[in-house]
Amino acid sequence: MNRRESLKAIGLSVSTVVLLDACKTNPDTPTEDSKTIVEPGRQAYETERDKHLQSEKYFTDHELATITILADIIIPKDEHSGSASDAKVTDFIEFIVKDEPEHALPMRGGLRWLDVKCLNLYGSEFKSCTQQQQEAICSQIAYPMLAKPGMLPGVTFFNKMRELTAIGFFTSKIGIADLGYKGNSPGKWEGVPADVLKQYGLEGV
Amino acid sequence: MKDIQIKKSAEVYDIVIIGSGAGGGMAGYVLAHAGIKVLMLEAGPFFDPAKNSAQLKWPYESPRRGGNATRPMGDFDAAYGGWDIEGEPYTQKGDTDFKWFRAKMLGGRTNHWARISLRMGPKDFKCYSSFGAGDDWPITYDDIKPYYDKVDRLIGVYGSNEGLENDPDGIFLPAPKPRLNELFVKKAATGLGIKVIAGRGSVLTAPLPGNKDRGACFFCGQCNRSCKIYGDFSASSCLVIPAIKTGNLKVITNAVVREILTGSDGLANGVSYILKDDMQEYSVKAKTVILAAGTCESARILLNSKSAQHPNGLANSSNVVGKYLHDSTQTGGAAILPQLLNRKRFNEDGVGSLHLYAPWWGDHKKLDFARGYHLEIFGGMMMPSYGGYFGFEGTLVPYINGYLPGADGKMKPGGGFGKSLKEDYRRFYGTLAGVGCHGTDIAKADNYCEIDNSVVDKYGIPVLKFNYKWGDEEIKQARHMQQTTQDIIKAMGGIPLGQPAGPDKKYGLDKPGKGIHEVGTVRMGDNADKSALNKWCQAHDCKNLFVVDGAAFTQQSEKNPTWTILALSMRTAEYILDQKRKLNV
Repeated sequence: MNRRESLKAIGLSVSTVVLLDACKTNPDTPTEDSKTIVEPGRQAYETERDKHLQSEKYFTDHELATITILADIIIPKDEHSGSASDAKVTDFIEFIVKDEPEHALPMRGGLRWLDVKCLNLYGSEFKSCTQQQQEAICSQIAYPMLAKPGMLPGVTFFNKMRELTAIGFFTSKIGIADLGYKGNSPGKWEGVPADVLKQYGLEGV
Repeated sequence: MKDIQIKKSAEVYDIVIIGSGAGGGMAGYVLAHAGIKVLMLEAGPFFDPAKNSAQLKWPYESPRRGGNATRPMGDFDAAYGGWDIEGEPYTQKGDTDFKWFRAKMLGGRTNHWARISLRMGPKDFKCYSSFGAGDDWPITYDDIKPYYDKVDRLIGVYGSNEGLENDPDGIFLPAPKPRLNELFVKKAATGLGIKVIAGRGSVLTAPLPGNKDRGACFFCGQCNRSCKIYGDFSASSCLVIPAIKTGNLKVITNAVVREILTGSDGLANGVSYILKDDMQEYSVKAKTVILAAGTCESARILLNSKSAQHPNGLANSSNVVGKYLHDSTQTGGAAILPQLLNRKRFNEDGVGSLHLYAPWWGDHKKLDFARGYHLEIFGGMMMPSYGGYFGFEGTLVPYINGYLPGADGKMKPGGGFGKSLKEDYRRFYGTLAGVGCHGTDIAKADNYCEIDNSVVDKYGIPVLKFNYKWGDEEIKQARHMQQTTQDIIKAMGGIPLGQPAGPDKKYGLDKPGKGIHEVGTVRMGDNADKSALNKWCQAHDCKNLFVVDGAAFTQQSEKNPTWTILALSMRTAEYILDQKRKLNV
């Protein structure tokens, strides 16, 4: 195959058969004993593990609701794109703490720390605080260099929460479009466009 | 009926090859195409990139968004296996912390590697004579050059001809153009007197002349997932699957080799293995055995193949098997380039191998270490993915946004949330650039793997124990690597990510094994008392046994080993054909 044929094969023009067939995933092909699931390119234990993790629930409904509010405070809707909850970041966080259990306890404990802090400050758990109160407490834990020593557990928690939120959001369809990533589409790489080279004075490099 | 049986096959194969990676795949390819009946045993399942690659999947098609909970290099990476495999442990001696990456699948680690395809140079084959360190190989560059040429033509490699003495040119396809960030690194390095040239990678940047089975690259930059159109080199797609099509190569997958069997004459006469599918014990007969299970696994099989004729393990009367284990040294650094904030968006995926690199440039007369390293340059607008962009600069944004003026031109405290933070993620996207430094480790008898007789894997096979320490030489080299990295970051005006490591941390030198370039455990040499293989990769002690993976290396260089493994294996396969014609094996 030459490149043009490859591009065809990948589905850019009429002849889509070759690669689209190859790209097809059949996650739910039962084998003879109809127990094992064959997923092309994945080992059986991976499929089974994913299925098992998805069948389990880690966070309580209260925790999930709190995570959703926090995620939207971290990544709200703006003129470019939707919010963290629009991108279903909570679902990602629920999965990833089971997939990478080292996040689970810091998240659970951090959420509880936040609720207790809010109860003491505002007489209400975080979820039921006003938006102003929610943002006020976040402001005290969202800037590591400015935070008071007593807020350190909250800073640690917020760092993690912010990281997981950003990962969940910017790896979603909405987030990838927001960043403006243009790749993962077959084409021909001809190097950096001339106007960009000129912008940075790198024409001769 | 008994639950476990030993099933002996009466069929005698001309050749049994153990392993289907670069070494085993190439031997199988050459021999099957020459009409020899070959059996290949592979410890993992069948893998065909055309059907099994995760190429072009989006991060949101993975519940972990490409994260690495089940695959150490991310959910879409092609390798089945990793640093640790359930039921197949390895142990460490003293405070050794050697990392052993295994990919149990057709094609082995070639399915996910970076495709960096460098020839070793004339001086590298005469390491001691040229640099006063390590040992000389029993062959010269001129001996192997015709095979490098043939590998270039058969598999395809891009690059640029430079005429450098110890970084030989090849038969190259056009090199891909660099990404924007990589140009900044090139400019900075060039200013420091480091010559930066096009990378050399086994990716078909143009159609491969004479090959109708492989497609040309369409530039998704995802070679580590393996390629559905065979646009890059994997031993599965480019060697084993074509060899199967000749009708002369039979592959048994999920076949874990226990030992190589020998007769009373001391010659190899078969292989015993466990079939994972039914957990029964099998053996096959062979006139010739080619071992290519991967550097450490090959040593393990030989050491576990004890017999009256070979009481110290097969091919080990010299007692060198397992010794001289050596991996590449590596460290490096990355930085955010503030001048790239809010950069224009375009598809910058490029190839999934190297766009730019700097061959070793140093003058050893002025340095306190004997062997060099090369720079691998990286950066660009990568696919946002957990373990990719967002395992990298993306999650660092709240930690660095306090060091640069915000979108409104004003400084603000680092961290934050809300619209302003969201804007920062956007502004910083695609601003990371860096260098990886990959160097030569001098092979030492004291760095080795051996059988740990107190631990067996789930098949009852004794496992490997590692003993490995970086020497003074490697640590001095790492200090130089770190200085180079810092100089480049400074020259680019970058904000370095991470502090430079001090001598207590060996200047950031990575753990041994992490380079996944481990070689040398069944070394070649002219002297049968000091080496296991002769210059044809043939065991001194057992003339119908050949070892064609990285184990055969006498002394690696700063060049990544795969291209040399391929050339050596092809050379050995042709030697076997010649010997068969002469009825010597």
